[in-house]
Amino acid sequence: MRKPGKMLKLALGSAGKKPATVPYPYKKLAMPDRFRGKIAADSAKCIGCKLCMRDCPSAAITINKVGEKRFEVEIDLGKCIYCAQCCDSCNKGVLSITPEYELAQLDKKKFKVIYPNAGSPEDTPKEP
Amino acid sequence: MGKVFIPIGPQHPALKEPASFRILLEGEKVIEANVRLGYNHRGVEKACEERSYLQDMYLLERVCGICSHSHSTCFIQAVEEVAGLEIPPRANYIRTVVAELERIHSHLLWLGVAGHEVGFDSLFMYVWRDREIVMDLLAKISGNRVNYGMNTIGGVRRDISPGLYPEILKAMDVLEERTKYYIQIATGEMSFIKRLSNVGRLSKEDVETMCIVGPTGRASGVPRDVRRDDPYAAYGDLSFKVITDDHCDVYGRAVVRVLELMEAYSMVRQLIKNMPEGPIVVKAPRKIPAGEAVSRYEAPRGEDVHYVRSNGTEKPERVKVRAPTLANLQAMKKMLENYYLADIPIVIAAIDPCFSCTDRTIEVNRLEKGTTELMSWDALRAYSIDWYARQGIQLKGIRL
Amino acid sequence: MVYALVHILVFPGLLFLMAFGLFAEWVDRKMYARFQNRMGPPWFQPLADILKLFGKESIIPEEVEPRMFRLLPLVALASSLTAFIYIPVWGTKALFSFNGDVIVVLYLLTIPTLTFFLAGWYSLCPFSLLGATRTLTQLFAYEVPLFVSILSSAFLADTWSLSEIAAFYSKHPGYWLFNLIGFLIGVFSLLGKLEKAPLDIPEAETEVVAGSFTEYSGNLFAFFRLAINVEMIVGASLLAAVFLPFGLSLGPVAGFIFYLAKVLFVVILLSLSHAIFARIRIDQMVNLCWKFVAPLGFAQLVLNMIIKGTLLS
Repeated sequence: MRKPGKMLKLALGSAGKKPATVPYPYKKLAMPDRFRGKIAADSAKCIGCKLCMRDCPSAAITINKVGEKRFEVEIDLGKCIYCAQCCDSCNKGVLSITPEYELAQLDKKKFKVIYPNAGSPEDTPKEP
Repeated sequence: MGKVFIPIGPQHPALKEPASFRILLEGEKVIEANVRLGYNHRGVEKACEERSYLQDMYLLERVCGICSHSHSTCFIQAVEEVAGLEIPPRANYIRTVVAELERIHSHLLWLGVAGHEVGFDSLFMYVWRDREIVMDLLAKISGNRVNYGMNTIGGVRRDISPGLYPEILKAMDVLEERTKYYIQIATGEMSFIKRLSNVGRLSKEDVETMCIVGPTGRASGVPRDVRRDDPYAAYGDLSFKVITDDHCDVYGRAVVRVLELMEAYSMVRQLIKNMPEGPIVVKAPRKIPAGEAVSRYEAPRGEDVHYVRSNGTEKPERVKVRAPTLANLQAMKKMLENYYLADIPIVIAAIDPCFSCTDRTIEVNRLEKGTTELMSWDALRAYSIDWYARQGIQLKGIRL
Repeated sequence: MVYALVHILVFPGLLFLMAFGLFAEWVDRKMYARFQNRMGPPWFQPLADILKLFGKESIIPEEVEPRMFRLLPLVALASSLTAFIYIPVWGTKALFSFNGDVIVVLYLLTIPTLTFFLAGWYSLCPFSLLGATRTLTQLFAYEVPLFVSILSSAFLADTWSLSEIAAFYSKHPGYWLFNLIGFLIGVFSLLGKLEKAPLDIPEAETEVVAGSFTEYSGNLFAFFRLAINVEMIVGASLLAAVFLPFGLSLGPVAGFIFYLAKVLFVVILLSLSHAIFARIRIDQMVNLCWKFVAPLGFAQLVLNMIIKGTLLS
């Protein structure tokens, strides 16, 4: 039936109910388990095959050689599109997805995250 | 008041993306309308030729945020046809579930935007609140709210675990009830109907002459739907109705989209009930053999066409994307003229424009010489470097 | 003399009106948000907006005449503030009253609309010109029903002075119920005067960017917004004084609280209309007003004539 003001009941009813807004940042919603946030890496398992570098759509991941058969993973969070293709391409389980998504930075240099190879103590740890 | 030229765009509150409509107005009536595009050109097709097929899938997914799964699936279907791969049925079903969920989210978005363009912000807020249900569901299935990244060459990347089935069905129930309320509002609220009726009329002959696709065409009574005419993915096994309407105006397009929402709910239920078991991916080669393929897909906005030509290497030779909005834009001139200024935002919104999908080439009009030419990539690059040098701006950090 | 100055500048004059205007804007925005199931702004939001606008640069386009551009917001603010001194706030006596002040108040409320038109005309931008012509077209549509409905209530009271109208209705309790149709027409016309949805056609954001105010920024825009807020209070008080004149003899404090409640009730009605209707087109609006609303207003006038003839002679 056509009449003006069909939304009247819904509008008046909503005025008494709790609003549907989530007051971020005081209250944060939990992300589902499969959510693709920041990529984490365990550089000790990396064998340097560079399949992840080949498949990354935006050239965000780099594998650096830091010693004899030892590699470390460097991810540029600004270039990464969080597609997790690198995690699928890696055969050794080095890369994994975390649900972290609040990654904004004021300093562009802080986007380059290096996951040091936790192994021999003579390597200097680099600041993420 | 005499005749005035009004620029709707490139920046205007009515448009969600930049496009230029130059309107000649006399008082409140539109005398002439000219459409100019090209503001969203990003060089996607050229970028596809320098990346491998797997990387291209992610690139093409980001052509548009709302119909991202459409572009990705259409491309992957073309690549799989060239490579001669037969993907498992469970992968087809999962692709179709995500496709229908994307259609639901896109049509709910459209309903909210239509409400906003006519000043009915309450409809906008309520519909987008309910759209969050679909977005959260897609995040649970695929891992992200937009740009799902479900596809890979040879199947899908992520499986829908049986534990999710009850949640999906419950979400469909909730959304169906809320959509019934929005159908009541859309067909019952007098002020809303008066803004949408008799606006942007396109007769059946116009639709067939100008090759209009999608809900825009189906609202004029032309039953053209790629899901039924040329079934792909799992649509061959589903039973659904192709929704058409006879109003031929913006109101008809609204009715078609809302009824398609109801069809999508029933389709998702059928898919979940009949989901086959099995693997979700077959192994795909990195080097796709030489060949070419065209693939069609019914995106929420209409028919999406992808053409892929490969030459036996890891990277494609040519990728061409024809988005549905490009087909519908031909009709904008006819739909805008002889109506009022106040109708322009809702008519533009009624074809559900996605200019990000659309812009593919730039045409250069040399006003001083009076000629038109198409510039090649290298010539365009040299022209821009030369222009900056003439302005006295030093370009640092690029390869000259 | 000092009393008069305090009345005009502080209460119930300039400062009170501006503060109440900001409060009423907050009530409007908060209720609008709640009707849409959202949270809405905190209580200091309208004040924060005005302070922010005062802190910004006021850009005046090059080809525009700067004196008129700067003067128009102040004229709008001044005329809406002046209209308030004739409206009875509590009790039945306004600050100043004379026979015929209803007409003066209505004319003073038309001046802001004329300044919106002139602001759009002097801005020389196609969007402003369109917004300005729409403002005047809308004025011609809703002005007649507004005048007829208010004058029909005055007709029943047999006087043209607002204070005496209030006195008449408090002497005859229950007579204000005859004017309910007029009240609804008055709320509808107030929507048009304040350019609130569904009649926010001159300021339609998706069609003409911001209508007459497209080129305004900084403190000039702040004055326009203050003028619209004060106009909302003045319009709502006028409607409350003419159509809801009950509880006027309850003494100053209780009467004042009644007055606040009545004005906020009208504001919430405006906010509800904003929430449940879509914006109609200007030609549909003119049709609606002349074919439907103006005849209703005349019907109310005829009803009041009949009542006056039968009940009061």
